[in-house]
Amino acid sequence: MDLLPLIIIFVLSLFIGYEVITKVPPTLHTPLMSGSNAISGIVIVGAIIIASNSNGIISTILSVFAVILATINVVGGFMVTDRMLAMFKKSKNKE
Amino acid sequence: MLEISSNIENIFYLLSATLFIIGLKRLASPATARNGNRLASIGMLIAIIITIVKYTNTNFEWIILGFIIGGILGLALSRYVQMTAMPQLVAIFNAFGGGASAIVAIYTIMYPKEPITGIFTLASIAFATVVGSVTFTGSFIAFGKLQGIISSRPILLPLRNYLNLILLTTIIVFAIALSIPNLSSIYFLYILIGLSLIIGILIVIPIGGADMPVVVALLNSYSGIAGAGAGFVLNNPVLIISGSLVGASGLILTRIMTKAMNRSLANVMLGGVGAEEGSTKSSSDENRAVNSLNTEDAAMILGYAESVIFVPGYGLAVAQAQHQINELANLLKDKGTNVKYAIHPVAGRMPGHMNVLLAEANVPYDELKDLDEINSEFVRTDVAVVVGANDVTNPTARTDSSSPIYGMPILNVDKAKTVIVLKRSMASGFAGVENELFFLEKTNMLFGDAKDSIEGMTREIRNLD
Repeated sequence: MDLLPLIIIFVLSLFIGYEVITKVPPTLHTPLMSGSNAISGIVIVGAIIIASNSNGIISTILSVFAVILATINVVGGFMVTDRMLAMFKKSKNKE
Repeated sequence: MLEISSNIENIFYLLSATLFIIGLKRLASPATARNGNRLASIGMLIAIIITIVKYTNTNFEWIILGFIIGGILGLALSRYVQMTAMPQLVAIFNAFGGGASAIVAIYTIMYPKEPITGIFTLASIAFATVVGSVTFTGSFIAFGKLQGIISSRPILLPLRNYLNLILLTTIIVFAIALSIPNLSSIYFLYILIGLSLIIGILIVIPIGGADMPVVVALLNSYSGIAGAGAGFVLNNPVLIISGSLVGASGLILTRIMTKAMNRSLANVMLGGVGAEEGSTKSSSDENRAVNSLNTEDAAMILGYAESVIFVPGYGLAVAQAQHQINELANLLKDKGTNVKYAIHPVAGRMPGHMNVLLAEANVPYDELKDLDEINSEFVRTDVAVVVGANDVTNPTARTDSSSPIYGMPILNVDKAKTVIVLKRSMASGFAGVENELFFLEKTNMLFGDAKDSIEGMTREIRNLD
């Protein structure tokens, strides 16, 4: 892709991020952090791309290491967020 | 590897990004949040699959091995971590995300398919390497401090601000040098990696334990920004979109936290707050009288109240008394009392931490009220019960412009008709300021371990009828 569209995407995403995140209530700020953390694990895509091209022992180790780090981030982040959110319950007898 | 045009690839990435945004949007309410998190994880799965299908030619088995190792570790971490340890977990995940972004950038310049000559690609590599490496070591230090492996007290090197300034300037110089195609050298990259890893340690090490929530939120933002940087390196839009979403999220949370602590970000980052050994400020009028009462009296007050607000602080979590407070609250609710919880933004060890700890103890989320919602209600409340919170209830923050906590948003506990404070002793809070709330006529101190006190009150209230 050309540079300019990427910069446009970057700037507009920051605005979307701001709009969406400010609507998250304080009650959910910890799950927001762990959940957005999992989303930042999207760098797993980059890790897969470099690992797919590597052809040497050191380069393979390096890129697979990146895959491992990003996978921990993705799997752990989504799972722990789910675990937390499962605990949030509404009161039973709401008058 | 299949022949997939980059248009089709990008359409799938757009789908992933859309699911991320909808997922985050659904975090606007606890009722939809779990579903939102699942949507986001489906978005991630789509991005991973399309990437493998398009790019993976050789090394498929290595990538799968990476998934298995990372997956098992991630699963284990997410399953067995205690809810009180959530800040550490987020810190360590930040480290991994930042580290992965840095490696992607470093790899791209070390093993290029064709020599990289574009100034913008080189600059992106420098940027992602620096931010990713700083996030990596900084998060590890934050993890160590939160976990208690490293002293949570600020560690202050002499001339540290000058040292950091020199390091930062050097990093910028080498980052620019790496970015200029005719000048660029792989050695500049090695220098950048080394210096960035060092400065990541140096900026977190002088920061005190109580300021860690701000640091973790900021590093969360960095890990997103590093991911966006890696996206510019690889010309990959889904990395840029997701990275900037997370970057924005971390920055917003950082601002919320610094505001709630009445500090500027610069003040937190320059570090050193809380370095002095314990605060001894209150020695002047040690003997000021407070009303103290026993669990029986406290139970009497609570048992006949129509409305009660609990004000939990981190002391509650330290005493592991979340379940006991919920039991007491349920007992009161059965008697027809109106019960709510007032949660200050810095009540836990990270934004929203106290809410998670109470949710774990089965406290319904609609009873958890934040500062803006609850502050007007104290006036109409019979009893406010403060458990393990101190500075965030100090009315001095509203009235005394000479106080270090002046201007800090506080819970207006002093407006309630009666106040019961559960506390171990009269020691001052983190800010080292005497809490005027404790000396009010309407305030009653119940000294002792929070868990025992709450259990005692519950028992006595049961005996009332």
